[in-house]
Amino acid sequence: MTDRDETFAKVGELIAPFNKKGVELSEATTFAGDLEWDSLTVMDFVAAIEDEFDILITMNMQAEIETVGQLVNAVEDLRNGGE
Amino acid sequence: MTDLFSKFDPLIAERQALLDTGVRDPFAIVMDRVLSPTQAIIQGKETILLGTYNYMGMTFDPDVIEAGKKALDEFGSGTTGSRVLNGTYQGHKACEDALKEFYGTKHAMVFSTGYQANLGLMSTIAGKDDYIILDADSHASIYDGCALGNANIVRFRHNSVEDLDKRLGRLPAEGGRLVVLEGVYSMLGDIAPLKEMVAVAKKHGAMIAVDEAHGMGFFGANGRGVFEEAGVEADVDFVIGTFSKSVGTVGGFIVSNHPKFDVLRLVCRPYVFTASLPPSVVATAATSIRKLMHAENKRAHLWKNSKRLHQGLRDLGYNIATKEAESAIIAVLLPDQEKAVMTWQALLEQGVYVNMARPPATPAGMFLLRCSLCAEHTDEQVDLILERFANAGRIAGVIG
Repeated sequence: MTDRDETFAKVGELIAPFNKKGVELSEATTFAGDLEWDSLTVMDFVAAIEDEFDILITMNMQAEIETVGQLVNAVEDLRNGGE
Repeated sequence: MTDLFSKFDPLIAERQALLDTGVRDPFAIVMDRVLSPTQAIIQGKETILLGTYNYMGMTFDPDVIEAGKKALDEFGSGTTGSRVLNGTYQGHKACEDALKEFYGTKHAMVFSTGYQANLGLMSTIAGKDDYIILDADSHASIYDGCALGNANIVRFRHNSVEDLDKRLGRLPAEGGRLVVLEGVYSMLGDIAPLKEMVAVAKKHGAMIAVDEAHGMGFFGANGRGVFEEAGVEADVDFVIGTFSKSVGTVGGFIVSNHPKFDVLRLVCRPYVFTASLPPSVVATAATSIRKLMHAENKRAHLWKNSKRLHQGLRDLGYNIATKEAESAIIAVLLPDQEKAVMTWQALLEQGVYVNMARPPATPAGMFLLRCSLCAEHTDEQVDLILERFANAGRIAGVIG
């Protein structure tokens, strides 16, 4: 697995507890549309991602992230030393 | 063509469904007459007010009223201008002087509302390379101020010292940092562990702003707020507050000891681009603030009322958001919107007005009946309130 695949798998694991409807995850899965998350769920999930990867995802960045693929890209960028 | 209002259709439908069940609209109450800080006439019924944030009961204080009338006579009904143009009268300076004395700070800046004070500070003090670190349960005015500005915004879990520490530790070395806290969180009435949080923020070199909207008047030896009681006055850079709670009128402020603080008057858009408070309002605020410096008896009675109501509601079997009374806000948790509105209405019919709160204003999707005590509530009124809560809870089927 590439680093990105590993990050995708880890993000998937962290989504699982919040994936109440058991939606199948792909790069294009959206948080608001497909997973139907409200702002409180997003908040909890973002905190979990931040703690797992030891990064910060600002609210400004969160506003730009709509899909799982975009989140994985953002996590990869942040882990490789910033924006 | 799209109707711009169609985005609100789900909310309109939800509201209509609720009203169709025959309940009164909790967000459309009209006070026909106001008899005192604790009593009003609503639809012909004399009602005890238990949801006003009028904590210190200053709205009908004779000295306060007198000061307002005098200013109205001498300075007219309004300033019709910005604080930085024609809208600063002697009364605005006197009000800022009263705040400086009350808080023991070098600087004070009066805004037209508390909302604007937060909007002004958040949007101005942190620029695009800076970071604002805020509690997830922060008031809408703090979030809106962040949205108005260009700073990077980082949230931490509500009241979690560890979470704040972790997030501060992950910030890049460059850029300024402002940690925004509230003394009392107004939805649940819980207070922040300010001693620990301020220490953590200092450790990471951040400036600190504390909103004391719901703490001013009755926390700390001088009634300055939770930050005074926590003993962290020397480490807090900005205190934000409002005149629309304990002070008993309307308006907002920031106090600070920072030597460059006054430059904010030139760069803070919610201060510059709006009309200043009317002379009568700043006169009532200044008089009230000076009286609050010596309101020990009122403070003691407010705390007694809050503790009694908390204990009494628990004894009736209500579920309260905090274990003990941490502030003058007692938030009753109800399972869903229907039960919340039923209880709210039953209380109103018995003659008690409380605030109903629902998501998204509330954390974690809670439905709340928020009670806020007043130093002017008598012991007998608290007895009556508890009696009426007992009846209302049984009518709505939320207590046994």
